[in-house]
Amino acid sequence: MSKTIVVLGGGTGGTLIANRLRRMLGRSAVSIVVIDADDEHVYQPGLLFVPFGKAEPASLTRPRHRQFRSGITFRQAAVDRVDLDANEVQLAGGERVGYDVLVIATGARLVPEETEGLTGPGWMEKVFTFYTLAGAVALRRALAGFQGGRLAVAVMDMPVKCPVAPLEFCFLADAYFRERGIRDKVELTYVTPLDGAFTKPVCDRELSGLLKDKGVSLVTEFNTGEVAGADGKLVSFDGREVPFDLAVVVPLHGGQAYVERSPGLGDELGFVPADQRTLQSKARPNVFVIGDAADIPTSKAGSVAHFEGDVVARNIARYLAGEPLDADFDGHTNCFIESGSGKALLIDFNYGTEPLTGRFPGRIGLPLLRQSRLNHLGKLAFGWLYWHVLLPGREIPAVRSRMPAAGKHFPPSAPR
Amino acid sequence: MPTVTYAGTAVTVNDEGFFIDPAQWREDMAPLIASQEGITELTERHWQVIKFMRHEYEAKGTGPTVRVLGKTSGVSVKELYQLFPHGPAKEAAKIAGIPKPRGCV
Repeated sequence: MSKTIVVLGGGTGGTLIANRLRRMLGRSAVSIVVIDADDEHVYQPGLLFVPFGKAEPASLTRPRHRQFRSGITFRQAAVDRVDLDANEVQLAGGERVGYDVLVIATGARLVPEETEGLTGPGWMEKVFTFYTLAGAVALRRALAGFQGGRLAVAVMDMPVKCPVAPLEFCFLADAYFRERGIRDKVELTYVTPLDGAFTKPVCDRELSGLLKDKGVSLVTEFNTGEVAGADGKLVSFDGREVPFDLAVVVPLHGGQAYVERSPGLGDELGFVPADQRTLQSKARPNVFVIGDAADIPTSKAGSVAHFEGDVVARNIARYLAGEPLDADFDGHTNCFIESGSGKALLIDFNYGTEPLTGRFPGRIGLPLLRQSRLNHLGKLAFGWLYWHVLLPGREIPAVRSRMPAAGKHFPPSAPR
Repeated sequence: MPTVTYAGTAVTVNDEGFFIDPAQWREDMAPLIASQEGITELTERHWQVIKFMRHEYEAKGTGPTVRVLGKTSGVSVKELYQLFPHGPAKEAAKIAGIPKPRGCV
């Protein structure tokens, strides 16, 4: 009898998993349905460049339905809830869609309204975020009109998508104001709830050094309790203040609202707990999770969804065949970090190995944790790879799902 | 690993003073750890958070973040900072005898 796989979310994870599954499983045996509330797929890594005029908004979006292989049904509908006991998804209009296997790929949702004052006076006037297309476009106008003063870049709290993006914003802002000849009139400050620029020690040293080189002040362990747009200040829960003339914030993130409406599916923040090796949800054996929607200890990043895709597709096929799952996902993450002036760093890590120096993917390759022109070109090339290789669910040449150890400089005591 | 004595019992802690083995913790140690942090009196509200931290750690293997604490412990983030001024997630974890919360990547 034919089985139905329902994929919730047609973004990075949902698209690549649907395409991988379609290639892997016969059409007579399995039908695949992808459900998303809209038909606009945004290339999110491009948002960072919009405020600086280095990417055009229209070039970043494509229709979701055009990214699927034939034999995949795309339905544009909002999800009201998942009924785990009935194996059904209830759509906003009340219609119910049954599934044999469900894949949660609905990513993370920005919840700026959860921070006091953030969406109050000053929001989208002198307080912006580049994490949405509309926000990035509005910020471009604000930056163009900015003649000097205090610019604060602040992360409200973890977890956030692409934790290096706000750091990249600082590096690019430094270069941008330099190009405009007003760098000496701009005071740049990076504000983070973490106890350093980044969570992992080797990488933290490198990125803190870069901030210093570029004259960006670093404020750590700052848990923003209030954004007072009218007064131009960030106030932490422990009473410290960071004044600003222009603020660029990364709002709090949560899972999608339907997760919260689905008993037993998500955690306190609306993310879906899953086994960090198999990506099978903890809620039910026939529910899998991919990408930012998952509550697992990885960064929320497109590269993670890509590397998970291999394991998730295989495990869904194994589940349908009644075979044991592969516990193969190692937490592999790979990020280009733009450092300004046509250069970038690259980091590559997993659950057990922090970002190290060396080269990727092997002894001959891109330099890790070091600024280079080559990495910047890699980041630009990735835009093409995203639409033509990653979303179709193909492998990127020479880049495996498991983190490569060759080429990395391991400290003597580190696990491999 | 350093060893510290609380209420007559030697316990192993890390360099920052977090318990290595949460099983070594007893309730009568909490006021002593708290006073080292500058908290002179543990009120009922403090205890509500401390017990919640222990419960979360036993269920999930790591202490909750401030944001999750604010959503689920019954104590708002603002009050959490009044109770544990040096950062609720870390300070309450230390007093509750559980390892430093892993945080996020």
